[in-house]
Amino acid sequence: MRMLKIEKKTYTSTKSILFGSLVALLMGFGIASLIFWAYGVNLLYAYQKILKGSFGSSFAVSETIRRAIPLLLCGVGLSLAFRASFWNIGAEGQILAGAIAATWVALFSGIPEPLLIPAMFFFGFLAGVVWGFIPTFLKSKWQVNEIITTLMLNFIAASIVLYLIHGPWRGEEKRGFAYTNTFPQVAWLKMIGTTRVPWLTLILGLVAATLVYILVWKTTWGYEIRVIGENPDAGRFAGMSHFKVVLLVMFISGGLAGIAGVGEIAGIHHLLRNPEHISLGYGFTAIIVAWLARSNPLAVILTSLFFGAMFSGGDTIKVSLGIPFQAIYAINGIILSLLIASIVFTDYKISIRR
Amino acid sequence: MNWQSWLIGIFRSMGYGTPLLIATLGEIYSERSGVLNLGVEGVIAFGAFVGFAITFQTSNPWLGLMSAGLAGGLISLIHAFLSITLRANQVISGLALTMIGTGLAGLFGRGWEGTPLPFLARRILLTQNNFIFFTLILALLLWFFLFKTRVGISIRATGENPAAADASGINVWRIRYWCVFVGGVLAGIAGGYVSIIYRPAWTEGTTGGMGWLVIALTIFSFWNPIWAILGAYFFSAIFHLSFRLQAWIAPELLKSSPYILTIITLFFIGILKLKIKKAPAALTQPYERGE
Repeated sequence: MRMLKIEKKTYTSTKSILFGSLVALLMGFGIASLIFWAYGVNLLYAYQKILKGSFGSSFAVSETIRRAIPLLLCGVGLSLAFRASFWNIGAEGQILAGAIAATWVALFSGIPEPLLIPAMFFFGFLAGVVWGFIPTFLKSKWQVNEIITTLMLNFIAASIVLYLIHGPWRGEEKRGFAYTNTFPQVAWLKMIGTTRVPWLTLILGLVAATLVYILVWKTTWGYEIRVIGENPDAGRFAGMSHFKVVLLVMFISGGLAGIAGVGEIAGIHHLLRNPEHISLGYGFTAIIVAWLARSNPLAVILTSLFFGAMFSGGDTIKVSLGIPFQAIYAINGIILSLLIASIVFTDYKISIRR
Repeated sequence: MNWQSWLIGIFRSMGYGTPLLIATLGEIYSERSGVLNLGVEGVIAFGAFVGFAITFQTSNPWLGLMSAGLAGGLISLIHAFLSITLRANQVISGLALTMIGTGLAGLFGRGWEGTPLPFLARRILLTQNNFIFFTLILALLLWFFLFKTRVGISIRATGENPAAADASGINVWRIRYWCVFVGGVLAGIAGGYVSIIYRPAWTEGTTGGMGWLVIALTIFSFWNPIWAILGAYFFSAIFHLSFRLQAWIAPELLKSSPYILTIITLFFIGILKLKIKKAPAALTQPYERGE
């Protein structure tokens, strides 16, 4: 039988990665065009709207950045986790854990005002870490598959949020809606100008990307992360502790996702609400963000902006063309499929053999 | 509240257990062959939409159900091609499939939002009670096929040790493609069941979350079709009971119990050296023939 033979190249140039990704993106938009066409929408008009809605005005740019911030924070963490071959697909749950902790601090902790925002970030980070450590321990101590546990913990976190907003934390002032009370204004994040971009989480995201880059490429820990990610057996042979490495990785990955949750809650919503409204699947989209960046934390800055633009463009076509927001998920899924296909052509050598 | 009302309640809950079981049987086949399909959430949604749309247009629910299955199988081939032929990461590829499936269902279903299926379209034989019966037979057949036939052995061998299976003359790629395809067909039918029979109408997200329950249930039933029967009705009973037990436990928390139980199950598989089925050894590993 004739089949494809696929071998991993020893070296892939940045140029071929960029080229492969670009081709995948173009093909993705091409296929998305077919979908728009089948939906009966003028293609050029739709793309024009998406572009306008994501980069067309200073407001559009700020909306793109607003969407990109949680993707950046989660994406940087995930890039690190994927580097260590720890398949954290639980960023969504870690976001919610951070959001729960921030809500507790803002409404129930009694922490004095000047410390409120720092405390929200501290406890939000911690909650993300705790939520991320559950699968870490299960994996390292008892070989429980982290793909499943991180996935399941997303839904458990969402259940807890639903329980809190329907039950003990339900606000008196929100008649008929399952929300908590609105946070006091001192617990709101300051925005850049009149935009909806909290400067604090933006800076935290950029700093995190830089620090994680340094961690991975300039430190001994980073070296261990890379070795364990490539070949756990080799790492063990060299005396590295898989447990410690994964613990470090998930401390950062879970914590950053937790901070993303704090940012959404303290910056945008100012209350705890339905999980689907806190995160529009940021935790899942961040997987693509990290993947597209090839687990390079600095490249995550670019890729998170790209998907931030997709989200804010999706908002625009929803309003102006009546296309449901789900279109963006479909397009993202198609782009993701083509991207992982493109990796085969850029990072691998393909030949046909008999 | 007397015992009859509980019994009726539990029987009703079987209505939701049916699609859950159908899709889980498919996921079991896919995973037994070594392919984790996290796209099942999207495949179910896509199947539900196609099933509804075809039934609505043709007034033929049988055709609708078959189209749902076919649509589910075909869309799953995306995952098969990426993860089997191109050997892409199964987790990422599966999540991409979920995005595509739920995205397309939401996009094209928009025009039908809130539309019920006309009563006429419901035909004889297509009742929930009959489907409980059909599905149980299907589960038994699939169990028999997986454990008692040559092809079944080949499937399991492919999931446990593809290199050995390959060496013994089994076509690993073909087995995996078929298992992913059949898994997709069953997930599509499960979706169609929901939108045609269980809740004969289209609302966006009508199958929301079912795929993730399927992933949980596949583990909870130890990748065994027989255990999946019990698991599916147990999970759906939990959903039903969450309303009845409101006085004692918050329904939101009870609804998360399938996920918690799955983690606990995995934990016990890990901590105790029980002689029960662990995940297929080659699950999530792409296969490449060595030299």
